[in-house]
Amino acid sequence: MMKLFKQLFAVATVALAFNAHAAGPANEAPDALVKRISQDVIETAKADKAIQAGDTKKVMQLVETKILPYVDSDRMTSLAAGRFWREATPEQQKKLSEQFRTLLIYTYSGALSQIKNETVDFQPLRADPADTEVEVRSKVNMTRGEPITLNYRVAKGAAGWKIYDINVMGAWLVETYKGTFASEISKGGIDGLIKTLTAKNQSLASKPLKTAK
Amino acid sequence: MSSTPKHLRQAALALGAALLLAGCAGPNPRDPYESYNRAMFSFNDTVDTYALKPVATVYRDVTPSFVQTGVGNFFGNLADAWTAVNNLLQGKGEAGMSDISRFALNSTLGILGLFDIASEAGLQKHKEDFGQTLGTWGVSSGPYLMLPLLGPSTVRDTVALPADFAGNIWSYKDPVYLRNIGTGVNLVDTRASLLDATSMLEDAALDRYEFIRDGYLQRRESLIHPDGDGGKPKQQDPAVEEAKPASPQAAAPAPAEAKSAESSATVSSESVPKELNSGTPAAGNASL
Repeated sequence: MMKLFKQLFAVATVALAFNAHAAGPANEAPDALVKRISQDVIETAKADKAIQAGDTKKVMQLVETKILPYVDSDRMTSLAAGRFWREATPEQQKKLSEQFRTLLIYTYSGALSQIKNETVDFQPLRADPADTEVEVRSKVNMTRGEPITLNYRVAKGAAGWKIYDINVMGAWLVETYKGTFASEISKGGIDGLIKTLTAKNQSLASKPLKTAK
Repeated sequence: MSSTPKHLRQAALALGAALLLAGCAGPNPRDPYESYNRAMFSFNDTVDTYALKPVATVYRDVTPSFVQTGVGNFFGNLADAWTAVNNLLQGKGEAGMSDISRFALNSTLGILGLFDIASEAGLQKHKEDFGQTLGTWGVSSGPYLMLPLLGPSTVRDTVALPADFAGNIWSYKDPVYLRNIGTGVNLVDTRASLLDATSMLEDAALDRYEFIRDGYLQRRESLIHPDGDGGKPKQQDPAVEEAKPASPQAAAPAPAEAKSAESSATVSSESVPKELNSGTPAAGNASL
């Protein structure tokens, strides 16, 4: 009896894994994609003791493998830099994008290491199947306090759907960084902004992650 | 935060200080008082670092979680009454009636609001203040304003503050010492619930002042116009991207007009050319 149960369980697991694979990025709807990533990440974070304990390396690994493949960080950077993006040399664009991407990794990691009992509710997608840019809306139910709005702007490209902006509590990340980018550029040019970002990342690298209490 | 007149005075003082500084325009069109705001920001930050945050951290770590939930629910319930008024003033009848039901249910069966049974019954909690009501009526936010102790605000929301203080049921609690204790507990509880968010903010921001300002202004705008920029994302492209302010529409009355709600209510919020957004609020202020 126990053996049969085990076999059934194994078959079910394989079937599930296959299903997950079948629903790959190729023809997956944008809201399904975001939902899949978010559930995957939350479950992994909740199950992993090292992540719960604030293991920086582990958390960042999770972000890099599970989230970043679906984030268009070049587009995020170019939008945040606005009109200054065109004034930058390709070399500067590359550096800026790299540093901004690193900052985002640290920010996501900080958020992830605080996950405890939060759950996410997704709202129905209001978009035409032909749309190539959509907004996926969700709410994160917190252990205390009001639920937090978490929306994603997702665009369809050659490599499938990719997230290019995130809205937390009503504020878009790109729009929020735009002001800072502009004022850093006005102070020290694009190289100045790259320098500030690099310094920020270095200070974050030497700082332990804060975990949920 | 003991009595309404005191709050009125504070608000008036803050507004006065801001108007005095109207002459010195900063680089950001939505933040002409940046130098004053930054000074006030660092003052608030100091108070927070040395007084509020340590107390809130101890409160979070020491107080049993059911007590924290009860405190949050109790003051949240009182706030629901004022939210109901504002929802009705904004013409959101359904939300307003739901808030009234919440208040009635939680105040009675929820034992003076200690238990949020209304949420469990499916009545969603809302949060509306008079600044949002003015915004819904078409009053533009005016410049960003950092208030002493109260934190980020705008000229419109500051003008609306006395109404919010008057709408706070707890501010009528007698005796005064209990009222003050309650207000203090509420403050610490609120701060405790934000501890994680603020530590994340420190990581994400290059310049915390700018990050909080740009985030706050967007958040307020999204609370007033939840579907402001719609279900469809803006088709942004660096090639056509202009450095434009966050809010695409601005009724742009001079902030002084906002003092009288009736007159502002008549100002329509038709789409106004972009340049109005940056120039007018500051200019209107400078002429006061």
